[in-house]
Amino acid sequence: MAKPFAITLKPGSSLTNLTGTWRTERPVYVDRLPPCNHACPAGENIQGWLFHAESGDYEQAWRVLVQDNPLPAVMGRVCYHPCENSCNRGQLDAPVGINSVERFLGDEAIRCGWKFDAPATSSGKKVLIVGAGPSGLSAAYHLARMGHAVEIHEAGPLAGGMMRFGIPKYRLPRDVLDAEVQRILDLGVTLKLNTRVEHIEQTMKQGGFDAAFLAVGAHIARRTTIPAGDAAHIVDAVSVLRSMEGEDKPMLGRRVVVYGGGNTAIDVARTVKRMGAEPVIVYRRTRDKAPAHDFEIEEALQEGVMIKWLSTIKQAIDGEITVERMQLDDKGFPQPTGEYEKLEADSVVLALGQDVDLSLLEGVPGLEIKDGVVQVAPNMMTGRTGIFAGGDMVPSERTVTVGVGHGKKAARNIDAWLRGTEYTPAPRHEPASFDMLNPWYYTDAPKTVRPMLDLIRRQTTFEEVQGGLDETNALFEARRCLSCGNCFECDNCYGVCPDNAVIKLGSGKRFKFNYDYCKGCGICVSECPCGAIKMVPEET
Amino acid sequence: MGFQPVKFYQTGTYTVGNRLLAADERSVQSSEQRSNAINSGHRACQGCGEALGARYAIDAAMAASNGQLIAANATGCLEVFSTPYPESSWQVPWIHSVFGNAPAVATGIAAALKAKGKTEVRVVAQGGDGGTTDIGFGCLSGMFERNDDVLYICYDNQAYMNTGVQRSSATPPAARTATTMPVGPQPGNPFGQGKNLPEIAMAHGIPYVATATVADLRDIEYKVKRAMQMHGARYLHLFVPCPLGWGTASHDTIRIARLAKESGLFPVFEAEHGEVTGVLKIRHPVPVEDYLKPQKRFAHLFGKHAHPDMVAHIQALADRNIRKYKLLDEEVH
Repeated sequence: MAKPFAITLKPGSSLTNLTGTWRTERPVYVDRLPPCNHACPAGENIQGWLFHAESGDYEQAWRVLVQDNPLPAVMGRVCYHPCENSCNRGQLDAPVGINSVERFLGDEAIRCGWKFDAPATSSGKKVLIVGAGPSGLSAAYHLARMGHAVEIHEAGPLAGGMMRFGIPKYRLPRDVLDAEVQRILDLGVTLKLNTRVEHIEQTMKQGGFDAAFLAVGAHIARRTTIPAGDAAHIVDAVSVLRSMEGEDKPMLGRRVVVYGGGNTAIDVARTVKRMGAEPVIVYRRTRDKAPAHDFEIEEALQEGVMIKWLSTIKQAIDGEITVERMQLDDKGFPQPTGEYEKLEADSVVLALGQDVDLSLLEGVPGLEIKDGVVQVAPNMMTGRTGIFAGGDMVPSERTVTVGVGHGKKAARNIDAWLRGTEYTPAPRHEPASFDMLNPWYYTDAPKTVRPMLDLIRRQTTFEEVQGGLDETNALFEARRCLSCGNCFECDNCYGVCPDNAVIKLGSGKRFKFNYDYCKGCGICVSECPCGAIKMVPEET
Repeated sequence: MGFQPVKFYQTGTYTVGNRLLAADERSVQSSEQRSNAINSGHRACQGCGEALGARYAIDAAMAASNGQLIAANATGCLEVFSTPYPESSWQVPWIHSVFGNAPAVATGIAAALKAKGKTEVRVVAQGGDGGTTDIGFGCLSGMFERNDDVLYICYDNQAYMNTGVQRSSATPPAARTATTMPVGPQPGNPFGQGKNLPEIAMAHGIPYVATATVADLRDIEYKVKRAMQMHGARYLHLFVPCPLGWGTASHDTIRIARLAKESGLFPVFEAEHGEVTGVLKIRHPVPVEDYLKPQKRFAHLFGKHAHPDMVAHIQALADRNIRKYKLLDEEVH
């Protein structure tokens, strides 16, 4: 090549200069575990489904959601959303309304008639599930999608378990429950109602089942001895709530005393309030010590439920009870004071917790039962090979969400066991804590508040108390997600690199580093909004 | 009105890209088709604000001129790290002038294009703060005065970094440089000296003057595009932190630029024909300490032999900017 005057070298591009050799640390893309996912008892990939909801693709969002939980419309109403309590956005303004978006997706799925994908293959294995509550339904759903034949035996007249016979209608309308149960049955799950399993091993043998999952719940009300007159009307909360589902509504009178401080006590009090009675809750400790969720206590108080804290029932005679005032000692335990008070009471409802009916397990060898519940291994298997258990009948926090989580976990382990392998969960990513985020990049956006039913209608009807979000505010709420620890393709790394060392792979495919030129400055790590990049030392 | 951030959830226009925005609302930098005016393999230090700012600005100018752009470049870091003979990182027609005459070279290119009738080809000139506020100042003032059809971009890293961090007339008060050592009763660069070039440019009455920082990409792209829609002399003053000269961590470049703007020390505004027409408001106000403390060039203001009086003086300068340019929204307290 003829070169111009005074030019001796060929012109070239700086691409020949591989500046990546300067680097002592390299950035790498990571997926970290968002606190919401970490906190979810049902193991939902919340950040994952919110990602699709953010772009308005609600069906895809719902499909990602139901990979873990087949009951989003139920969950969006009754879950106590530990995800929101741990949400990193809470440190900016207020947590993302995950529960309300979940409900929106669940309702949208019912409205649009979205169905689950049918299983691709059939395993030829047969699994018996005892109990059609949240845990049993969840296990049935997961096992069916894995290709197993599933049969549910339910002692009650309808499916749902405590979702139907424990949770009042004003929190969970029955048409919502029915729709989500039906969708699971549409997968080919057989549901046998009014079918009590008397002896588990016999039933398994007769039906030719390869494995069983027990989820009978805890339906036996715990009693306490209260000296009572002959005519005193003492009933338990479980039967009150159950009879609300039938034709014969419970006859409790006008002045109803509910004894206990858990969510069930609140549910009963709010239920009888709606029937025109005047409920008084009597609880031996204080509000902050009560096991009921505070928002439920608050809603009950708004509706006019009376609560007597620090009180125990000493005696119940005709139309009247005697309560003793209590005092908390240094350790926070209630101690009697010797001060008594009388209250009018047409009936007393005991809401003191529930026990498990374990009769179906009689004579089964190898089982371990402790504190009235069945002990299970980490893979949810009982001491008897091939029999798994979950939900309220095993040691747990008794909520619908925990039950659903048990169902999923048991299904995975049953599936592995049927294949003669062992289920090993994917290793957990490191948590995405707030200090890993760069909150500058998120726009300010306060939480959307769900509408509440008028107080007067809450006191007199069983209409649903809490309303849902509509499409616009559900979208807004979804977009408040910070996507903690997981790339949401904001292009920041691609933009802020002074060395063009980030390659954009296109929509949905994220990015990769060009280590030939990356100098390891770390700007991409600092400016990643969601903490999805970290620096690691170069190998020497 | 100036650049107004889009408050479109979840990150609006604060991030480089946003999959939730319509295609025509997206930034030049988020596109795989951006021109990458200054390509990989350049020899800028790790975390160089100037290399980043130059790509932001020239890519935006390329997009606004449909790729019909010629760039003149004064001597300085940007020229040295991008074009060591015989290699170059530039992917635009690019000419290196001497230290002081980039505005005059650009004027000449614009005149030649005019003579040849190539009105679609646009001209930018660029240089560091030394080449702009000191050495090239005469040529630049002449370019402004003649209203030549050139966009001049100054990458302000507040000293002569290429030659070893000597003071320029853009070095801020109290900063340590090789020629303003932190000794004596008033350590570092003296107060009350230096030039405010954006205001001097405004005093020329030219069509467009704007300031921006490398922390607000969308603001830079908006201002370059706005400037390219006009003809005549235009001036963009871009604030670009220098990890080496300022003694900051290489990963902090954008954070430092953000703190300069959020503290009020570097007002971000635009002006047409000498009148301010828009400011980028402070979003989360911070005291100047937040900006000064991470920088080793201000280390002598803190610690054992601290100079709280000088920090207070710097805070007063920031407060004056906030008042003067109305950088705070009324409802922000």
